[in-house]
Amino acid sequence: MAGMTLPQYLLKQAQEHPRDVAIREKEKGIWQEWTWAQYLDEVRALALGLMAIGLEKGDKLAILSDNRPQVYWTMVAVQIAGGMPVPLYQDAISRELQYVIDHADATIVLAEDQEQVDKVLEIRDHLSKVRRIVYDDPKGMRHYTDRALIRFTEVQAQGQELDKKRPELFQQLVAAGKPDDVALVSYTSGTTGAPKGAMLSHANLIAAVEGMLQIETYRRTDETLAYLPPAWVGDTFWSLAAALIVGFRVNCPERPETVQENIREIAPHFLVAPPRIWENLVSLVQVKMEDASFVKRRLYNLFMPHGYEVARRHMERQPLSFWQRVMHALGEFFVFGPLRDHLGFRRIRSAYTGGAALGPEVFLFFRALGINLKQVYGQTECGVSCVQRDEQVALGTVGTPFPNVEIKLSSEGEVIVRGPCVFLGYYKNPEATASTIRDGWLYSGDAAFFDHNSQLVVIDRAKDVTSLANGTKFAPQFIENKLKFSPYIKEAVTIGQDRPYVAAMINIDMENVGKWAERRQVAYTTYTDLAQKPEVYELIAREVERVNRDLDEVMQIKRYVLLHKELDADDEEITRTRKVRRGFVAKKYDTIIAALYADATEVPVTSVITYQDGRQVTIETKLSIRSVGEALVAV
Amino acid sequence: MTTEAELKVQDVSKYFGGVQAISQVSLEVRRGEIVSIIGPNGAGKTTLLNMVSGFYHPDGGAIFFDDRDITHLAPSRIAALGIARTFQNIALFRGMTVLDNLMLGRHTHMRTGVLTAMLRFGPALREEVAHRRFVEDVIEFLEIEALRKRPVGSLPYGLQKRVELGRALAAQPRILLLDEPMGGMNVEEKEDMARFILDVNEEWGTTIVLIEHDMGVVMDISERVIVLDLGEKIAEGTPQAVKENPQVIKAYLGVQTVGSKDG
Repeated sequence: MAGMTLPQYLLKQAQEHPRDVAIREKEKGIWQEWTWAQYLDEVRALALGLMAIGLEKGDKLAILSDNRPQVYWTMVAVQIAGGMPVPLYQDAISRELQYVIDHADATIVLAEDQEQVDKVLEIRDHLSKVRRIVYDDPKGMRHYTDRALIRFTEVQAQGQELDKKRPELFQQLVAAGKPDDVALVSYTSGTTGAPKGAMLSHANLIAAVEGMLQIETYRRTDETLAYLPPAWVGDTFWSLAAALIVGFRVNCPERPETVQENIREIAPHFLVAPPRIWENLVSLVQVKMEDASFVKRRLYNLFMPHGYEVARRHMERQPLSFWQRVMHALGEFFVFGPLRDHLGFRRIRSAYTGGAALGPEVFLFFRALGINLKQVYGQTECGVSCVQRDEQVALGTVGTPFPNVEIKLSSEGEVIVRGPCVFLGYYKNPEATASTIRDGWLYSGDAAFFDHNSQLVVIDRAKDVTSLANGTKFAPQFIENKLKFSPYIKEAVTIGQDRPYVAAMINIDMENVGKWAERRQVAYTTYTDLAQKPEVYELIAREVERVNRDLDEVMQIKRYVLLHKELDADDEEITRTRKVRRGFVAKKYDTIIAALYADATEVPVTSVITYQDGRQVTIETKLSIRSVGEALVAV
Repeated sequence: MTTEAELKVQDVSKYFGGVQAISQVSLEVRRGEIVSIIGPNGAGKTTLLNMVSGFYHPDGGAIFFDDRDITHLAPSRIAALGIARTFQNIALFRGMTVLDNLMLGRHTHMRTGVLTAMLRFGPALREEVAHRRFVEDVIEFLEIEALRKRPVGSLPYGLQKRVELGRALAAQPRILLLDEPMGGMNVEEKEDMARFILDVNEEWGTTIVLIEHDMGVVMDISERVIVLDLGEKIAEGTPQAVKENPQVIKAYLGVQTVGSKDG
């Protein structure tokens, strides 16, 4: 349906299906439900309440919260009141928030609880434009005296007052919305430079969802889980826009730590997750299997190769032999079905991965389990725009564009996008807008090519693809993703630009390496200590050699180091979406990188770690540097 | 704040053989207050707490809870009256889940007999549901939703301490006695625990008496501090006043400096 806004879709859902469940949240161990009629009531009270406390047309409201129904109500309510919602990363520290809240000119902040309120109050003096702070969870808030604070339910109560006085107002506001109004200001977590606020209209978001719906089937009775940061455009795409348009049920987890458990309870019909989560799930299964009983382990090891084989044949569109069918059916009964059930993928029709490249091994793992995992591709600036078709799933591609989007490559091999989903521009940044949208094309910054099946293959960020000193093309992410398939490697940064060979800085996975160390009775104290154990170096050496076997001689990792701390968004080393900020990391770890290209076997490091509350501590230690293939000597 | 004393300890003494652990200590705790008891090792802090909760009975003096003499009551009676405590070395059933441990913490409120509870219908079921609801409040309060079904023994130490606090809270006490709730914790865990203690006090109005070695925490969260040394009360007052009390400084000399961050 052309020319509608998201609030108008909400009205339509509430009129046509008032008693269908719209959204759930688990609280006190029980899934609480809201029907579409109740969803509308909440939004109605909130939209008018926000106006009552001073939200005016064009005002920005920043949202700082985990995925809760209140987040989505607020986004629609702000749109109805004529404002623009600005969802922020809920784990951002005060310093980051200060820039975005101030740059967005937000006048109201929605903070979920005391923790979020504290972060805002800490930078209150620098946020002269913020007039009200709305908080939802009152726990611990009794003695707060800042007059800007107001409780979520109090805002809604004021809205109900206004509704009584002017009962026609709400309908008028919803009707007055225009498809080209800004529906979302989404700040991009840039790997370089300051964040930019991408403005997306209702028409943009709706076009992206409609594009998706031309390919994928979503039903009103479908369940999904809203657990990815509301600041990520994908969450708005699925949990808000698609939910309002299709009418499926969005479920909010009890707490961030219970997501895995909640996925299992809900058994979603479709689910999106970034590579990090899929990688974690593989590690989880692998580690659980190592601890499993002998019989289970035997069954797993017996049938997994058949799962891989069938997944591979399916992708290559080759028929299965009788024997393969029998083994796969048995595997389904003994291993794949139970594992899917255990992970919460009993009913899954489509599972998506997006946001960054996913290692082929991880991808195949889920396909082998019979989970229809597919790549999606998109940008903050246009939402989701590509998805793999069920019958065209292949390794490494991100599929083909939605029917209503054009994607082609610039002369430099950069992905460029045109269509109704392309955003309006960056807030208060016409220069960046002009350099991103040229002649109606959105320049994505991704280097890619189309393969022989005209599937899009994204290589890396265009600016990250460089070459070694000898001229070999070097795409760091390609190697890093291979390293990260190991359950023992959490993060990796490869270096090679204008260098004689490729070197790697590796973060071990504390949990899995810790368990591994316990089983081998290797005693350790901290992350730093564990990472520097000779036994752990030996473990990682095997992983690096495995990766090297898949790489051309010139691209192989020659030297590596296990870092003393995890790369952390609080230290600005990675973005909130877990993308490595290469420039920053290269500068911060320059002495380590220098040692990787010298013949040093050790490098001293001092580093300052920032805690969540902003306190800093200094760590001093020595890191071992190893060359691949070198005999390992216990230190 | 009311000036009414909820808990009164009058001239209490306790001997172990010839050793005098506590000698004629008197103190009062007002409703809704957070009071810390500090002192060097062996000062008699835990002994005092054990007498309030009925694990020991004093050799002299008396203890009143709401003007009721509880000096010689059994621990179970005192718990039923509304005084709950946590222990220095965690006292939970390690093989049982977090949820089961918390449900057990509510046993002082359970009215159903063994037989009806086993049949699990009618009033017994209704009662269990009501208790579960309260336990869920505690779970939400302490942010341990992800741990409900985990055996306590599999949890890291800091979280076990949090569950131990939950077990005491499940009894819905009016006075909560905390014996070194932050012992063995790292900085972040201590901050979380301090926040929970303040929240319990603020949200539920629970009176808190705690023994703690971390002076930073004690000074931050207590309204009043009572100092014991060699079984005697040597000072009492606001954190600031106690910090500057020469007797206190003397008692702590060679042990630690009052007010230093690392206790």
